[in-house]
Amino acid sequence: MTTTITSTVLDATGVTMRFGGLTAVRSVDLTVNSGEIVGLIGPNGAGKTTFFNCLTGLYVPTDGKVTYKGTVLPPKPHLVTQAGIARTFQNIRLFANMTVLENVLVGRHTRTKEGLWSALLRLPSFSKAEAASRERAMELLEFIGLAAKADHLARNLPYGEQRKLEIARALASEPGLLLLDEPTAGMNPQETRATEELVFAIRDKGIAVLVIEHDIRFIMNLCDRVAVLVQGEKIVEGPAEVVQADERVIAAYLGTPFDGAPGSEEAAEVEAAEAHSTTSSEGDDQ
Amino acid sequence: MTTNTTTDLTKSPSAGTSPLIPLPPALARATTVLGSAVALAGTFLAWTWTEEFPGNLTVTGYPGGLQILTLIGSALTLLFALSGYGIRGLGWLTPGGTNSPVLLLALGVLGTTGYAMGAISDELGGLVNLEPGAWVSGIGALIATIGALGLPYDQPYDAADPTPDLWGKIRKFGGKARHALSAPEPGRAKELPAWAEILIIAAGFGAGLYVFAYGIGTEYSELFIGFLIIAGFGFTAVNRAGLLKRLSALTAKHRNVTLAAAFAAAICFPFTQSNDQFALIGANILIFATVALGLNVVVGLAGLLDLGYVAFLGVGAYAAALVSGSPQSTIGVHFPFWAAVLTGAAASLIFGVVIGAPTLRLRGDYLAIVTLGFGEIFRITMNNLNGNSGPDVTNGSNGIPNIPDLEIFGFNLGVPHDVLGTELTRSGNYYLLMLLFTAIVVMVFRRSAESRIGRAWVAIREDETAATAMGINGFRLKLLAFALGASLAGLAGTVQSHVSYSVTPEQYQFAGSVPPNSAFLLAAVILGGMGTISGPLIGAALLYLIPAKLQFMAEYQLLLFGFALMLLMRFRPEGLVADRRKQLEFHETGQLDVPEGTALPDGATGVAKAGA
Repeated sequence: MTTTITSTVLDATGVTMRFGGLTAVRSVDLTVNSGEIVGLIGPNGAGKTTFFNCLTGLYVPTDGKVTYKGTVLPPKPHLVTQAGIARTFQNIRLFANMTVLENVLVGRHTRTKEGLWSALLRLPSFSKAEAASRERAMELLEFIGLAAKADHLARNLPYGEQRKLEIARALASEPGLLLLDEPTAGMNPQETRATEELVFAIRDKGIAVLVIEHDIRFIMNLCDRVAVLVQGEKIVEGPAEVVQADERVIAAYLGTPFDGAPGSEEAAEVEAAEAHSTTSSEGDDQ
Repeated sequence: MTTNTTTDLTKSPSAGTSPLIPLPPALARATTVLGSAVALAGTFLAWTWTEEFPGNLTVTGYPGGLQILTLIGSALTLLFALSGYGIRGLGWLTPGGTNSPVLLLALGVLGTTGYAMGAISDELGGLVNLEPGAWVSGIGALIATIGALGLPYDQPYDAADPTPDLWGKIRKFGGKARHALSAPEPGRAKELPAWAEILIIAAGFGAGLYVFAYGIGTEYSELFIGFLIIAGFGFTAVNRAGLLKRLSALTAKHRNVTLAAAFAAAICFPFTQSNDQFALIGANILIFATVALGLNVVVGLAGLLDLGYVAFLGVGAYAAALVSGSPQSTIGVHFPFWAAVLTGAAASLIFGVVIGAPTLRLRGDYLAIVTLGFGEIFRITMNNLNGNSGPDVTNGSNGIPNIPDLEIFGFNLGVPHDVLGTELTRSGNYYLLMLLFTAIVVMVFRRSAESRIGRAWVAIREDETAATAMGINGFRLKLLAFALGASLAGLAGTVQSHVSYSVTPEQYQFAGSVPPNSAFLLAAVILGGMGTISGPLIGAALLYLIPAKLQFMAEYQLLLFGFALMLLMRFRPEGLVADRRKQLEFHETGQLDVPEGTALPDGATGVAKAGA
């Protein structure tokens, strides 16, 4: 990449989240540098979304520290967003009965300061800020290709566009780090490709991206670095190819081969036995 | 196989398209015109022989009371029916449906006339008390209705239920009846010069003011019931004819003009009422409506269900009463009005923050229950601050009576004044003062709703977790909505204490017989339409006016109110006035997002096919 100085955007050290007796996330360290796309993968229930919620202040981690560009993040979601981390949700959480444009404008909330008095008295600064917000929101809609549908209700958009709109809404808060929680879930291959392009374009705007995904091909194409979370613990972190080849990762997804994995001989034996038992049972029937 | 074929054969293709009464269209229309003309003529004859029935229906050639309602209704039926002939100059009446408004109006005339005949014979003891005029109008209305039932549908109808059993027939009949009353959306209006559009808006509001003032001014309940029947059917008819859609398109275009026109019409109201009692109803409606609009900030925008909202009205009223200089006030001070208003609003604001700060951490049902509790706590506290159970602040259940009338810039609101040759009564004065407050609240609602803050409220209502993830401080904004709503109610309370001369704890209940109480406030918001400005105003007007006018039904008030709410929630869950968002939410037709004017005219597809 052309970025000469890579600085750490997000630094999570020893993040632990316990719910009563259950430890959902156990002492996870993760850093995201500027201009980087980092993937977070793991089987279902590995604690990926819980880890996200710890980063964004929805949960207060039981233990550990999260810093964003050197400052410790406050444990409140709106303050985290204000600091510069924006997120999307695994199950789309748009403001369904607001228009597309309004959804993006809500995303601008932290970057505008107009209060109630300013709105009631309609000070000149109010209309200026409102116009600027609208312009910025329309730019974002252009960027994701939804400008023509600005006045539609968010709930009436097709699924893929709802995902895109959620990303636009997150981008509206001018984040330095974007957290995407399964952005391609439920998408067809074309839509997944388009999302890939979109994430690259976001990275090119200078926004670091941390993405949870199950689609391994998507992760391999996209990510500079991949971390694998299994049962709340980070087991591997590294470039995509390394992670893909790692035994522990394969074990986590597919299970471990037991001692003395069946060779071809044993396999043939088993098959023969099966074939025998089926024919004999057929004979019994007659 | 065989059964399938038989059902297919028995299903007549035209079964669904025939109107409820199969008549040739020309005959049906002529019958309607004739019937409504007869009904119109009948109103000029005497309906009964004695003046014992209110409204004096005995004079030939001079319609009065209920006759006027029949007269107006049948005249409108005649107009709309003639418009169906395509007479030049009447086409503007029916841009949407042509025949369904006629049917609705004919039903309205039949209802009013029938009700009048029933009321006369009931009160005077028998049908013999009806003079020929009543029979002429009644039969005319019946003929008009029969004719209107024979008119073809406005929209093509496909009967989807061919089951031949009795239940199927009933359902089919119901479907046909519903369909006969439905109408297509009006097409796009012709461009008119701006002054003409503004004139139309002014005329629309003028007509609205006239109807409303007539309703308030009805002097006996028979006339009010007749008014309700004809107004209900007439309003639906005008809606089906597409005139309301046209008008609302214009009002959306000229929003400031619309607000000004509505305000001007509202200012004119007290000048139409010479009777102080009716002007008082107007003032009370405004108080109720203003508080409902304040509640709409909390419920409609931020989505916080507040069941104790009337307490904030009470805080404002008590605060204003205490500083009003009333001899029974425990604080012997007399603030000027502006200071009293500020005191009332500030007291409500503080009370709102004090209640909101602990409760707004709750969501949904829990919040509703807690606010309900706080509303009751307020009333009981006011009862107990009587010197026995606590310090003497509010005189307990006696309340604070003898609140003096206001005097603003030397203008005493307590005595009648002559303005432009018309007498403005005491209640008229207060009505105008309250109107100023209503205007302020309307402005506050509108401006806050269309701002960053208003969007954040709606976002919280939609999905609080997502809203906080977008950087919205949920608690702070909810508290802001709560406090703003509270201080708006407090404003209204300061005027209310002066209008009603006294404040007592029993005025501020959860549910009671006199409208400004928490249950009715919430009902006004939901009935009118959440999140809109005109919705709560209309809802409050109806909820106040109907019980105030129909006092003989006071015992059944809550029962009827419950029925009305159930019917409304079944047939129009978005409220009487729906904002676009709510309409899309409840009626998913999938075409509401299509921009205007792209729909093809009915014949277009057929023509294309024929050409191809």
